[in-house]
Amino acid sequence: MSEAAPLVEINHLFKTYPVADRGERLVLDDLNFRLVPGEIVAVLGKSGSGKSTFLRIVAGLSEPSQGDVRYRGKQVNGPVRGAGMVFQSFALFPWLTVLGNVELGLEALNVPKEERRKRAEAAIDLIGLDGFESAYPKELSGGMRQRVGFARALVINPDVLLLDEPFSALDVLTAETLRGDLVDLWRDRKIPTQSILMVSHNIEESVEMADRILIFSSDPGRIRAEIPVPLPRPRDWNSPGFRHIVDQVYTILTTTPGGAAGKRARGEAALAEGMEFSIRIPDAPTQQLSALIDTLMEDRYKGRADLPDLAEYQNLAVDDLFVLLDGMQLLGFAHVGGGDVELTAAGKAFSNAEMDERKAIFGNHLLRNVPLAAHIQKVLQERPNHRAPASRFLTELEDHMSEEWANDTLERLINWCRYAELFAYDFDTETFRLEEPEES
Amino acid sequence: MMRAMLWGQPVRRWQDRLRPNFWDLVAFPLLFGILAMIVVGAGGMNKPFDLGEPQVISLDPAVLPYYALRTVLRMFIALGASFLFTLIYAAAAAKSRLAEKILIPILDILQSIPILSFATITVTGWIALFPGSLLGPECAAIFMIFTSQAWNMTFSLYQSLRTVPLDLQEASRMYHVGPWGRFWKLELPHAMPNLIWNMMMSVSGGWFFVVASEAITVSDQTVSLPGVGSYIATAIGQRNLVAVGYAVGAMLIVILAYDQLFFRPLLSWSSKFKSETDPGLEPDRPWFLTMLQKAGLARAFRLAFASMGVFWNRTVGAAARRGLDLIGSARSAPMDKRSATPKWVERLYDLLLVVIAVYISYRLGSIVIQHVKLNEVGRVFYLGFLTAIRVLVLIAIATVVWVPIGVWIGLRPKLTAVAQPIVQFMAAFPANLFFPVAVVLILRFHANTEIWLSPLMILGTQWYIVFNVISGASSLPRDFQYVAQNLGVSRWVWWRRLIIPGIFPAYITGALTAAGGSWNAAIVSEVVQWGDTTLTATGIGAYIANASKDGDFARVILGSSVLSIFVLLLNRLLWRRLYDYAAERMRLDDV
Repeated sequence: MSEAAPLVEINHLFKTYPVADRGERLVLDDLNFRLVPGEIVAVLGKSGSGKSTFLRIVAGLSEPSQGDVRYRGKQVNGPVRGAGMVFQSFALFPWLTVLGNVELGLEALNVPKEERRKRAEAAIDLIGLDGFESAYPKELSGGMRQRVGFARALVINPDVLLLDEPFSALDVLTAETLRGDLVDLWRDRKIPTQSILMVSHNIEESVEMADRILIFSSDPGRIRAEIPVPLPRPRDWNSPGFRHIVDQVYTILTTTPGGAAGKRARGEAALAEGMEFSIRIPDAPTQQLSALIDTLMEDRYKGRADLPDLAEYQNLAVDDLFVLLDGMQLLGFAHVGGGDVELTAAGKAFSNAEMDERKAIFGNHLLRNVPLAAHIQKVLQERPNHRAPASRFLTELEDHMSEEWANDTLERLINWCRYAELFAYDFDTETFRLEEPEES
Repeated sequence: MMRAMLWGQPVRRWQDRLRPNFWDLVAFPLLFGILAMIVVGAGGMNKPFDLGEPQVISLDPAVLPYYALRTVLRMFIALGASFLFTLIYAAAAAKSRLAEKILIPILDILQSIPILSFATITVTGWIALFPGSLLGPECAAIFMIFTSQAWNMTFSLYQSLRTVPLDLQEASRMYHVGPWGRFWKLELPHAMPNLIWNMMMSVSGGWFFVVASEAITVSDQTVSLPGVGSYIATAIGQRNLVAVGYAVGAMLIVILAYDQLFFRPLLSWSSKFKSETDPGLEPDRPWFLTMLQKAGLARAFRLAFASMGVFWNRTVGAAARRGLDLIGSARSAPMDKRSATPKWVERLYDLLLVVIAVYISYRLGSIVIQHVKLNEVGRVFYLGFLTAIRVLVLIAIATVVWVPIGVWIGLRPKLTAVAQPIVQFMAAFPANLFFPVAVVLILRFHANTEIWLSPLMILGTQWYIVFNVISGASSLPRDFQYVAQNLGVSRWVWWRRLIIPGIFPAYITGALTAAGGSWNAAIVSEVVQWGDTTLTATGIGAYIANASKDGDFARVILGSSVLSIFVLLLNRLLWRRLYDYAAERMRLDDV
């Protein structure tokens, strides 16, 4: 099977984005990939792993900075013909009916009107939308809308389906049904589609659908691992084989080379030598951090949890869970590894403390582990009026990262610092000040 | 259940779609009446005419319907022209970075130039273009109405084109919709709701200028085009208050018809282009739209239009598509870069623009300097300052009066439903029709013209404040009020902490529009006539009005540019800052 000519072939792909007048940021780093007929491949990765960019490059919507991208042996230099794409946001034209939306792809191919109508109706029937032809997207539920998205992709008889997190905007039940229907159509050869390439942030979903799973690392995106899924279909989420592969994926995702512990050590070292600003502060709200720490202290876990179990128990999407885990690690409240998370002594102390004490612990760890926080505090203490404009720190940050990233970093840090009552930030004047000036 | 479908495909069968029904009884006379009116009205536009030939305007009320027809026709021709201009100008600005660089600042300035000056400056040109025909002055009037409508429509389309959702862009590229198809299938439909809304607002504002544009002065000769505006000008010349009343009545009917037959159906139709149905904003289905969609006859017309559309698509469309797609595929092959113009081309282009700008300022400046002494320039700035004070004071007064009333109405949904159409109607009604009444009153009471002519400036534009305050107040979340009640806050706190911040963004939009309108109205309202009596208030409006009556181009240009400078400065220093502040700090949608 894998000896057949590949549908998609990528060699040494690099993608960079320009960063505010200064150089570039590497998003995808030396990717090599083949999609052969008859397989479903899922791409998993944390946010920032460039998986969506990767899919857009395969689709021909985005240009590689370097490297060779081929579709059916031909170099890709524009949106490829013969590939259907399904979007996370559905991307339906609100002013077109279901039929109009489905016919869109055929119109551009100059299919005659009669045939267009016939094929569109057939695709609509196939995906279970008959009766809704004249409805507008806004009249449909999310699940039905995404069915339109699939019908629009399938009507052009694509060899390859490119799916960009197509189920993540849907509720659990709807997503499950639609996923099942799609895999059935594909397996029973009711659609001419040979292969499917899917970007996902849901580990179980990927294990259910894919023949193999590619795991991307973040900043820059690289293919870290490839996990084959040799389970027979239909797949049962609770079978031992299934659970085993899910665990395997979690384990790989949580053992970042130079991630977790490495990041923290780097932070401390950096503080010693002066400044290190390029630490990425995860977008982890303090309320969710505390809630997760409390959950880990429950009898169910007693300070240590298996990640798949925790994700299911807390009903957390993998992206959200990993953001929180990154936050806990950065602050030194937990260790993550081998598909497990374990609270540190500090994490346990935090959980056992009352509100004010919690804030104090949080503040201490923030100052110790996030050099930027310590830096801002130092500046505020040195200044006679204990005030400093945000622009001052933004400029410093922008020496190390893009403007957008700098803004995000500062905004997240402000939220953490406000919680810890380290210092206050005034939105209107965009200045930092010490919460309680020492003199007075 | 069935909707009108322009972009989608009608699904029902041919036969029962064409079967006559009740609505045909109404539709038949209406549609053919409109067709007949267009033929009659258009016939009058190409009458022979020579400059200096007196145009007789009859004050007989029986001719008023014909005059009203001519006025309406002018309005719609101008609207069509504005729409076409908008499509081309906005598309060019949104698609090409080089074009954008110059087109958008030009548009910004065009918006600030007093509309009546456009007519004065261009009228001789139009007459020269169609010698011996009334088409010349007719075009001048239409051009002036066009200038009152086109700019904000263009801005609206330009902004919408820049904000087409990324996922829809990607989807249309993925399914190989070319640039031509993308414009008609994606970009224009996306822009439609805003464009239609702005178009409707343009027409509302346009009635004022329709009335003002019909009596055009060309080198001391007044050309009166048949229309309601000329009718009222003649009535003023003859001090005939009854005829003024007739004209007001005629305009009332015209605007009512425009509101019912055009504004509401179009607005309701445009809601289909919105991605989400917002129940609060969904207007009742207007009867005229229902008729258009239900009547078999109307359906036949629609089919005719649809087949015209197919024809257009196969001929012009196909050619344009091929051309554009060729360019498009050569230029923007895949990707996420916006433009690949080399740096030096861009620099050269910038230099060229600067050279052209300097040359034009030099030429205009030298025309002005030839005729006008330098100290007069200083005086014109002083006059501009006086008018600026008038505008600001009037806006302040209107604010004090209307904000409490608007809030009171806006917090009562039933009252809002009744009041909003009335306010919209008032905004559309050309306030200049009421000027004679004001003059008569001023003469009767020997009032000070410097003060009492001023309210005329805001007579028509205050409604924008009312309208926006009402809609701001009515969209305040109910929860906020419940919280206030629950906490038992005092009246003062209620205003200061809840209402004023809550309606501020909407109020600023209204005040900005009202101020812009008032500047334009100044030209008409600082000099008013009643028979032989002329009342004048000192200000830049009067200066421009007098200069344009004398056909004194240098002074018209000087006055207009000074007024533009004032408008631009006020926009930059006051309105835009308030607007940005409101947009950043007082938005309710991302609490």
